[in-house]
Amino acid sequence: MNLKFQNKKISGILTIMPKNEVKFEDGIHNYSFSVAKSMKLKLVMGYNSTRIVEDGVCISDLCTHGLNYLFEKKLLNKDEIDALILVTQSPDYFLPPTSSVIQGNLGLKRDMLAMDINQGCAGFLMGLFQSFQLLEQEEINKVVLLNADVLSRKVSKRDRNSNPLIGDAASVTIVEKSETPNTIYGNIRMDGSGSDVLMIPAGGFRAPSTSETSKMTEDAAGNFRALDHLVMKGDEVFNFVQREVPPLIEDLLIKANQKKEDVDYFMCHQPNKFMLQKLADKLGIPREKMPSNIVENFGNASGVSIPTAITYNLGERLLNDSFNICFAGFGVGLTWASLLMEMSNLRFCEIIEF
Amino acid sequence: MKKEIIKILEELRPEFDFNESVNFIEEGMLDSFDVVRLVGELDSRFGISIDGTDIIPENFKDVDKIIELLTKNGVKS
Repeated sequence: MNLKFQNKKISGILTIMPKNEVKFEDGIHNYSFSVAKSMKLKLVMGYNSTRIVEDGVCISDLCTHGLNYLFEKKLLNKDEIDALILVTQSPDYFLPPTSSVIQGNLGLKRDMLAMDINQGCAGFLMGLFQSFQLLEQEEINKVVLLNADVLSRKVSKRDRNSNPLIGDAASVTIVEKSETPNTIYGNIRMDGSGSDVLMIPAGGFRAPSTSETSKMTEDAAGNFRALDHLVMKGDEVFNFVQREVPPLIEDLLIKANQKKEDVDYFMCHQPNKFMLQKLADKLGIPREKMPSNIVENFGNASGVSIPTAITYNLGERLLNDSFNICFAGFGVGLTWASLLMEMSNLRFCEIIEF
Repeated sequence: MKKEIIKILEELRPEFDFNESVNFIEEGMLDSFDVVRLVGELDSRFGISIDGTDIIPENFKDVDKIIELLTKNGVKS
């Protein structure tokens, strides 16, 4: 599905990163593989360190901290927030919506809209699409898009498939109407027949958590996890991304009547370095145009990986410079989406710690 | 090319004899992470980038399939 939006902009991005850093080597003895083999894998996949929340820290804590920072620095006025969109797969509760918890924590006005969206790897794109649509309303002028996940709490420490790459983080993206006319192109595709490729099998209403679902079992590759843990069919995810994402981006550029050379950066979701390097090669773009350094420095925090790629790699340059950026997110669902837009003159673009 | 491939495979999994095997995948000599490491080594030693859509177990089941894959990705035999 192709999407088109007129006269919208991103005016600020903030990443909130837990202070707690876990090195790949710290967990290496939990895996049923030789240290030498795991260390070689570390190099190819770009595993190094991840940021993990302390016990008990939830996404509303990260988001509240980030928004309070913006209020205190006078980078955002709380009365201006007309909508709060939270994209997450690790809410504080089944109910109420965590966006309502955050609205209450911050004492935001009542004449507004707050909602949660259950999305992961493509969550930044899904959140932007929803923000742009809300901004079509006359009374909605500023949307706060929150992406946040603390999925490390749902990953087995003995699962080398997932544990070395999962990180926790949150981001705040301010989306608003643009005074300068512009066109933003997007597209999205979904395939629910692959919904078991990335999932947490137990803990919902279909299979509530019990003592049985918490029992650790070994998979064919030698990883240990329970049904309460996140499970990822890594090779299927890899093949899906290599097969589906290049044509998605190529179609987007055709619709926007632009060439790959016209794009300054391809900011993609980052499951691991190897996958992104192969993606860049397949698309025929220089690897430096598609930064792949977020997993090695922070871990993959689901929908937060694209905003982190922007704050980490471009940061203050976006306060003055202008860049034509293609975003692409892909994963759980299965969902894959991309978006092309000009970004410039942001009020803030930085990373803070929690 | 065959010698170089065997050398890389033996460096990856020194405990196995790759000359004696019929199917590296079915015999459990290479798992999906070994394949990723193997691709990294092949890319680097032969100066290519194996197409991401070709990274499936079927293409790494024996030396002949790996040679076929390298040839497809621009390595001259």
